[in-house]
Amino acid sequence: MNATAARAAPGRRALIAAIAGAALAAPFAARRPRAAVQTRARIVIVGAGAAGLTTASRLARELSGASITLLDRRREHLYQPGFTLVAAGLKPEGYSVSTTAEYVAPGVRLVEEGAAEIDPVSRTVTTDAGQRLAYDFLVLATGLVLDYGAIAGMDVARIGENGLGSVYAGPAAAAATWRAMSAFADRGGVALFGRPETEMKCAGAPLKYAFLTDDILRRRGNRGRAELIYNAHARSLFSVPIVAERVRMLFEDRAIAVNHEHVLTAIDTSRRIATFRTPQGAKELGYDFINLVPPMRAPPVVRNSPLRWQSGPLAADGWAEVDRHSLRHARFPEVFAVGDVAGVPKGKTAASVKWQAPVAVDHLVATIAGRTSDASYNGYTSCPLITRIGRAMLVEFDYKDNLVPSFPGVVAPLEELWITWIMKEVGLKPTYLAMLRGRA
Amino acid sequence: MKEIDLATILAVFEEMLGPMLWVLVALALLATIAFVFVLVRDRGLRPRRLVWAEAAGVAGGIAAVLFMQFVTSSSFADIGGPIDWVLVAAIFAAGAIGTMVGIYALLGLGRWRG
Ligand SMILES: Cc1cc2nc3c(=O)[nH]c(=O)nc-3n(C[C@H](O)[C@H](O)[C@H](O)COP(=O)(O)OP(=O)(O)OC[C@H]3O[C@@H](n4cnc5c(N)ncnc54)[C@H](O)[C@@H]3O)c2cc1C
Repeated sequence: MNATAARAAPGRRALIAAIAGAALAAPFAARRPRAAVQTRARIVIVGAGAAGLTTASRLARELSGASITLLDRRREHLYQPGFTLVAAGLKPEGYSVSTTAEYVAPGVRLVEEGAAEIDPVSRTVTTDAGQRLAYDFLVLATGLVLDYGAIAGMDVARIGENGLGSVYAGPAAAAATWRAMSAFADRGGVALFGRPETEMKCAGAPLKYAFLTDDILRRRGNRGRAELIYNAHARSLFSVPIVAERVRMLFEDRAIAVNHEHVLTAIDTSRRIATFRTPQGAKELGYDFINLVPPMRAPPVVRNSPLRWQSGPLAADGWAEVDRHSLRHARFPEVFAVGDVAGVPKGKTAASVKWQAPVAVDHLVATIAGRTSDASYNGYTSCPLITRIGRAMLVEFDYKDNLVPSFPGVVAPLEELWITWIMKEVGLKPTYLAMLRGRA
Repeated sequence: MKEIDLATILAVFEEMLGPMLWVLVALALLATIAFVFVLVRDRGLRPRRLVWAEAAGVAGGIAAVLFMQFVTSSSFADIGGPIDWVLVAAIFAAGAIGTMVGIYALLGLGRWRG
């Protein structure tokens, strides 16, 4: 470096300092575009996961005098995108566990009870402890339920034993899945992957786990002793055609075989046999390791309420019938749904919550303030699709199956990149936590 | 990602580093102030001191790149596309400039002749 460049350094430093100063001031300047709306509205948010906490934080900031109640019996907060890293042996179980209370915004009341019944006609929520809460506005943020019971023979308690893995079941199950997968990677054999035919959260996760298993086998020098099979529920590997095609090529490159239209219906965890429904009838496949991803449905409190879809593709599993752009309920305008429980065709990721919550909040606040909102959710869903430890593809898309890259021309969406891995491993969790606090 | 503004970036770094963020910001500010002070006091750069600071800067840049790999589960083999090289270069530059400014200021404050 010559003297001129070196002399430029303090200038650059000063610039950085100025930027840091501006960043400090920004929350007060840029983040308060409107004065908080005065109201005495009673708002109940059912579920304090990613969507419930984010919505509560944003409402608390935009409203003054409102009564905001968050309902959730679960005390731990689960950073679910971390499950994949736990199940790859890269992070400890505790990486994805914290407490709900630490993210509850000031002015928001957390009630540690579950919602047992919702009556949208009388506008009340009854908790499992028998408390009745009347509301003026309701936000459904219950996430979804993993329906392990729908797979005959499945026993969640056996995850981690005898080659049975299931990354989705929780942090402990993710760690147990890692033990099972790691043991498999030492021996080789047949590994099965796949996804349910229902809507599901993070549709990329089952694909990631197939890639990760392939990578671990290679690192241990045992890839030649293993056969990896991905059982897709449909004719393609992913709902977005351009992504499906890319994954098809990568699977070919990694020698991961694909079965189409294979839906898991039963499992014999002792004999290690999985049964699939296929167009040709039932088919049994033996395995040495399986990552079982169960069907997913709306939680009973929504599924058994009038708030569910009444007809169409989203009715069977009881997703909340909301407008796909405003997230407002189709028949009960004071009800919104954010996150996995929302009956919209895409968007079951934490990244979607980041885009959905501000839209639902804007519509809700607009109603209170007597104005209309033009905020619209476009279906944004994102998934850093890990293709091996150290590389991932940043896949972002909308309702129309268009790619909507955050960094167009800079971070290529369909390329296996280190920067995308760094985003996933280093950037995603702090971004997620900042989102919960309404700051991202 | 939506709304990538400074407040968001600050919030993310706060979640990532916790109180450590402010320690780092304070260190960077201190080093900058000390550097400017030494510069003004000596009415310009001292070439020999600068050479040492630059040498340390190269080591600092390399250390930053290795540190990034150490704290993540990744290695040089994972570098895939051009943007990955840009990231490596940016990490190197940040480490190098930071170390250089810091070391130059320290040497200057220590009245090391050069
Ligand atoms: C393995 C895995 C990998 C993933 N990877 C990614 C990823 O890479 N990127 C990404 O963006 N997303 C990812 N996700 C998806 C992301 O975690 C979810 O989409 C997100 O957590 C959805 O937020 P939510 O609030 O709707 O549901 P949740 O975060 O699940 O929260 C729902 C909350 O509602 C509560 N609840 C349920 N029923 C009731 C009731 N009756 N009364 C009161 N409370 C109730 C629950 O206790 C829970 O706390 C992944 C998920 C998994 C499982």
